[in-house]
Amino acid sequence: MGFVSRGFKGRRRDAASSSRVPPGQYVVTDFPVLSAGPTPRVNLDQWTFTIEGEIDEPRRWTWKEFQALPAETVTKDIHCVTKWSKLDTAWKGVSVDALMDGVETAADYTTVFSDGGYTTNLALEDITGGKAWVVYEFDGQPLHPEHGGPVRFLVPHLYFWKSAKWVRGIRLQKEEHPGFWESNGYHVRGDPWREQRYWGD
Amino acid sequence: MARAALLGRLEWQFGTLAEVVPETPRVSSLYLDVPDWQGHLAGQHVDVRLTADDGYQAERSYSIASAPEDHRLALTVERLEDGEVSPYLVGELRIGDRLELRGPIGGYFVWRGDEQRPLLLVGGGSGVVPLMSMLRHRAHVGNRAPARLLFSSRTLADVIYREELERLAASALGLQVLHTLTREKPAGWTGYTRRVDEAMLREVAWPRQDAPDVFVCGPTPFVEAVASLLVGMGHDARSIKTERFGATGG
Repeated sequence: MGFVSRGFKGRRRDAASSSRVPPGQYVVTDFPVLSAGPTPRVNLDQWTFTIEGEIDEPRRWTWKEFQALPAETVTKDIHCVTKWSKLDTAWKGVSVDALMDGVETAADYTTVFSDGGYTTNLALEDITGGKAWVVYEFDGQPLHPEHGGPVRFLVPHLYFWKSAKWVRGIRLQKEEHPGFWESNGYHVRGDPWREQRYWGD
Repeated sequence: MARAALLGRLEWQFGTLAEVVPETPRVSSLYLDVPDWQGHLAGQHVDVRLTADDGYQAERSYSIASAPEDHRLALTVERLEDGEVSPYLVGELRIGDRLELRGPIGGYFVWRGDEQRPLLLVGGGSGVVPLMSMLRHRAHVGNRAPARLLFSSRTLADVIYREELERLAASALGLQVLHTLTREKPAGWTGYTRRVDEAMLREVAWPRQDAPDVFVCGPTPFVEAVASLLVGMGHDARSIKTERFGATGG
């Protein structure tokens, strides 16, 4: 028998949600906000989304062009490294597969970058193959700035800091460059099912 | 950065509760002896893990309240009545009990103590906790750069660390502590009595030319409001570091 916190009972999850909640996480019904600095105010007239780096010609979309891309609606569970998980979150946006359609690249890694200077690193295989989206609606409403609006990244199988708010593009790279939190003590990949929260996990 | 954080995994370790200091009716500071503590920076946090007798575990993060120089690790915890972990920490945990934790965590919302720029701290409720670690550290290292804490509480009885903040402001060179109360105006009160707004920040914050380092911590609407106001007043968004907590958690 390992350590027991004397007198701690805790709340058990029901079996149905238990299988969907990674170790160390608890389920919330609201939508907490976390970010390292002020919420940027984004001017949609000047907004673009760019794919650059290891690509022959960078791809760039204006807000209007981006809105015209084929959209998907996906319902996913999300897991924040600060311990909360939120089940069945509904998003609308464009899949990274659609954005990358036809792109030839020698890259294995990417840096997703945002207004305000935030970056996060992701392996290309973690954002292709139906695993990641660039989303602009949450629960049928335009995405609120606090939650990353007008447009955020969504890569729900990794801790939510990988789902960069206020996203502006993807840089394709041959090598892995740790992003903002990944340079500040957080795990370079961040798989919640392996509880990869911090360096060395 | 703590060496351990650079070199390997943050291992779970035990602290033993040595002292409890009630700060307000809902908030207590837990002073822990952590024999293998590797040190921390002011502003960092720890993960706490509770284990029930059937193996069920719950984890939460808590900001560190103590300075790196203090010989005990202090966590200041607000008891959330519908929470799972905080009612245990503030209410059940007794002197001599062991508490499993790992850290320190977070390399961004930190103040190292050798900065020469003015230091502006804006805290709402228990958001003052990591800011208190910075002020305690500042007193230890004797940093002389001017510092101001603007601290928003609901009522006078809800002001965390009130006496210690008075002592620090009276003794530490160049520190000013300004309070605002959002839900009462006690007789004789000379502080502010409203939510933090632009007029208040214009009085308290240095002008943007002075380029203060700014740390804002509190509930999300508080942090959103304060950070947006400061950006609107011309402060460089990159100099404003924020930490937020929602109504959930616990």
